[in-house]
Amino acid sequence: AKSSRSLTGSISAIFTKRKLDQATLEELEDALIQADLGVETTGRIIQAVSAGRYDKEIEPEEVKSILAGEVAKVLKPVEVPFNFGTQKPFVVLVVGVNGAGKTTTIGKLGAIAAREGHSVVLAACDTFRAAAIEQLTVWGTRIGAKVISRPTGADAAGLAFDAMKEAKADGADILFIDTAGRLQNKANLMAELDKVVRVIKKQDETAPHAVLLVLDATTGQNAISQADVFTKVAGVTGLIMTKLDGTARGGILVAIAERFKLPIHAVGVGEQIEDLQPFDAEAFSRAIAGLAE
Amino acid sequence: MFDTLQERLSGILDKLTGRGALSEADVDTAMREVRRALLEADVALDVVRGFIDKVKERAVGAEVVKSVTPGQMVVKIVHDAMVEILGSEGSALNLRASPPVPILMVGLQGSGKTTTTAKIAKRLQEREKRKVLMASLDTRRPAAQEQLAILGTQTGVETLPIIKGQTPIEIAKRAMSEARRGGFDVVMLDTAGRLHIDEELLAEAAAVRDIAKPNETLLVADALTGQDAVNLAKSFDEKIGITGIVLTRIDGDGRGGAALSMRGVTGKPIKLMGTGEKLDGLEDFHPQRIAGRILGMGDVVSLVEKA
Ligand SMILES: Nc1nc2c(ncn2[C@@H]2O[C@H](COP(=O)(O)OP(=O)(O)OP(=O)(O)O)[C@@H](O)[C@H]2O)c(=O)[nH]1
Ligand SMILES: Nc1nc2c(ncn2[C@@H]2O[C@H](COP(=O)(O)OP(=O)(O)OP(=O)(O)O)[C@@H](O)[C@H]2O)c(=O)[nH]1
Ligand SMILES: [Mg+2]
Ligand SMILES: [Mg+2]
Repeated sequence: AKSSRSLTGSISAIFTKRKLDQATLEELEDALIQADLGVETTGRIIQAVSAGRYDKEIEPEEVKSILAGEVAKVLKPVEVPFNFGTQKPFVVLVVGVNGAGKTTTIGKLGAIAAREGHSVVLAACDTFRAAAIEQLTVWGTRIGAKVISRPTGADAAGLAFDAMKEAKADGADILFIDTAGRLQNKANLMAELDKVVRVIKKQDETAPHAVLLVLDATTGQNAISQADVFTKVAGVTGLIMTKLDGTARGGILVAIAERFKLPIHAVGVGEQIEDLQPFDAEAFSRAIAGLAE
Repeated sequence: MFDTLQERLSGILDKLTGRGALSEADVDTAMREVRRALLEADVALDVVRGFIDKVKERAVGAEVVKSVTPGQMVVKIVHDAMVEILGSEGSALNLRASPPVPILMVGLQGSGKTTTTAKIAKRLQEREKRKVLMASLDTRRPAAQEQLAILGTQTGVETLPIIKGQTPIEIAKRAMSEARRGGFDVVMLDTAGRLHIDEELLAEAAAVRDIAKPNETLLVADALTGQDAVNLAKSFDEKIGITGIVLTRIDGDGRGGAALSMRGVTGKPIKLMGTGEKLDGLEDFHPQRIAGRILGMGDVVSLVEKA
């Protein structure tokens, strides 16, 4: 991403000494902390970087590559492209905390699906937030997808049930289900999500075929608990990280990858329809290490 | 998930030290744990550094009162220093100007600007009997203007009629003149989310500011923000000039270190906290509560205070 500039500066500055000494390691550590990897994950990565190399002469570019390599070791196994399956309809449930980028991501993913020739239906199961339906409807128009909705305040699970039926009857290929933002510590809202999943299963035991958790790159350590709780409640199958076009580096993904091994599918890099890219573990790691792309 | 700073400090400190004054070595050991605790709570690294220096100075040589452990003593010193930085309670919105008083809302995408706009408007109208007009300058996000209009209906606060095709600048001008004509006390300007590195959109916000000349320019930021909090707060303050911060999603279980980061780096007061999606989910800022949350601790402070 565009996020590597300040890191490049701080890491290059270290290497007048060109020795992997304590001070150097501390500066590498700072860089990872500032990228939101968290204290524990940072500690492990730094240990891996220094293992067998401590006090050895080393080129600045090389140490950055080593750092990127250690981060990539964690991320590479979870770099999984998102594919639409052949189930009909292929049901994609999108979940996450408030304002993370769920609705926008559905628009972007839906555009890809439509471009691949699939018929797409969107279900506006955020029946809470003001104008959530109108927002999804705009995206539906942009990508030529039908939007199934009910008035604000309607039961989200009831709508999910009907949307499943309607998408089936329509012979749709892909059904995206948008949900209201919810903080993972709110038991009642998580119970509502659990119910949405259950009614989907009533219509098709194998659905939802993908449950995408949308994480905001600006979020710090709380994203770990988001991944944990949403997985427990809704059976998250993969992650999408948004807002990587800012200066936040999203390093919390490294901690999440270590802990939960959840596939990371894609990253959001803007507000427009084309601003979704497949997750690239190496590029992501190089950005964290301050290496130019 | 994390053991509290309190527990960790008791583990290392209370064994090492007897009673009396805290030695430099004790404090150094303690500060390593404090640093870790703050980073785990998402306080930005640079702010952590400055903070630790300050606390260290105070802690070395501090007399440990009889009824508490050295660990509790350090936590108390840390807590007090934090409350000091976070600022005093209830730094109210400044509405002292001839009406209509403009309030400009800015922030990153999805931080909670529109919701907070409606919450503040509702509060001013209901509690302070001000006549409020809300206007959405968000011509970018799908259905953003409709969102504010709906919130207006829900709260009984008037919103500026939507005219499609107008630019944010044009809407700001129309909002100001409508507010004057309609005898409004306060006019709230909700803006589109923008990145703190998006020069073009920051310039647009600055242009809106120059037209409206807001009494308050509030940065709306997510309490779950990580290390990036310093970057975004600094940029918004430099490029637009903020008068205060509203921290949203305090109802989450994040540790809220962003509060210390943003306050530390801008010096601007945190004025309000968002505590839910609903429109009454707005509270005055409580530095004590946030400090306690960042430190992940319970009643140590009151314990030491009683001692
Ligand atoms: N810069 C940037 N903005 C994004 C990105 N993805 C989404 N956004 C913006 O973030 C804001 C929130 O996005 P939404 O899609 O409404 O988020 P949501 O999770 O559906 O929000 P709720 O339904 O309210 O919980 C909008 O202003 C989007 O345009 C991204 O990758 N980069
Ligand atoms: N839990 C919780 N949710 C909040 C709070 N404040 C806002 N939200 C939710 O956060 C999401 C985004 O809020 P908005 O007010 O649309 O945010 P915004 O900054 O206007 O977003 P953009 O205009 O897209 O940049 C919505 O789902 C809100 O309901 C809060 O204090 N707590
Ligand atoms: Mg949404
Ligand atoms: Mg908004």
